[in-house]
Amino acid sequence: MTKQSNNPQVDILRSQLKRVRGLGSSHSGSQAWWAERLTSIALVPLTLWFIASVIGLEGATRADMVAWLHAPVPLVLILCLIVTTFWHMELGLRVVIDDYVHNNAIRIAMLLFQRGLCIIAGLFCVIAVLRLGLWEGGS
Amino acid sequence: MVAFSLPANSRIKQGKTYRAPAGAKRVRTFRIYRWNPDDGANPRMDTYEIDLDTCGPMVLDALIKIKNDVDSTLTFRRSCREGICGSCSMNIDGGNTLACLKPIEDITGAVRITPLPHMAVVKDLVPDLTQAFAQYRAIEPWLKADTPPPPDGERLQSRKERAQIDGLWECILCFCCTAGCPSYWWNGERYLGPAVLLQAYRWIAESRDEATGERLDALNDPFKLYRCHTIMNCTDTCPKGLNPAKAIGAIKQLIIERQV
Repeated sequence: MTKQSNNPQVDILRSQLKRVRGLGSSHSGSQAWWAERLTSIALVPLTLWFIASVIGLEGATRADMVAWLHAPVPLVLILCLIVTTFWHMELGLRVVIDDYVHNNAIRIAMLLFQRGLCIIAGLFCVIAVLRLGLWEGGS
Repeated sequence: MVAFSLPANSRIKQGKTYRAPAGAKRVRTFRIYRWNPDDGANPRMDTYEIDLDTCGPMVLDALIKIKNDVDSTLTFRRSCREGICGSCSMNIDGGNTLACLKPIEDITGAVRITPLPHMAVVKDLVPDLTQAFAQYRAIEPWLKADTPPPPDGERLQSRKERAQIDGLWECILCFCCTAGCPSYWWNGERYLGPAVLLQAYRWIAESRDEATGERLDALNDPFKLYRCHTIMNCTDTCPKGLNPAKAIGAIKQLIIERQV
């Protein structure tokens, strides 16, 4: 692993061109960037739908909630909302960590940790919704 | 991690004050960053009072007047004094710009002048642009074509093709934008910065260049290109009125275009 220097003047006698070329292009990055845009666009209608649904369910009992989740459209949309939210969160956190953490070991550890956290938190939400929407007795 | 305060030897101290000559009527104060690598002292802000009646209208005129008449040790780059060489880029009144294109009249209060931010300082207002120019070299800013040029003349462009590099060819590589970009401050070692990316797009948009795919391949990297978060400081600060953020957006769009 090459060490990234923060002080270009002191420890560099090698070619400046070699330094700025670094290890070359990773030929990746566009997919993450594109996915971040697409998830953010998808989240606009999904979030608005979710807010409207929550307002619509005001005063509902638990049984009403479960019955609502048993219909295919709310169940599918809420699963889309969860997956998109945590996917978008993972992409966004990755950008923040890449921007501000410059120690490679810490950066990679943080990237793995945040990805794991997003996957686990997302799975919790998915399982919770599935339990309510599929397995718990509704009307 | 990102550092939020300057190291002790970079903290700016109060410097000397050079008063205007007696009888001066239109006095303006210039507060200028000074640092000499040879004396081991901290950087300081020197204060110069200049009579605008004996000085040209631009900030560069005042700098030249100071160097000629007040303090010959003041060090700065300048050449053309008309916004085409890109030498006198510096931070004036909080924004990166060319001293030769910045009218003194546009600034209220004391005129504060510091070198381009987040570049290593060589001396006073002279930044070390070695890395930025090496990054420019790394994008191979020249025409690459497999087709040999016509034997009887130059490689021609239609007017429409020529128009595609408008807003790109005008860049004079003053690096005001690059030095104003927070992403470049945090990751300048790996992120190419707006000036270099605008130049990269200048060759991608060039109708006679045949290496477009190769150029896009070289840029498709989370750090080289995708550290740009469309902060737009580059476009805001460009003294030539160019739009590096738009050029970077166009590169991102082309990389997606060939995937979908």
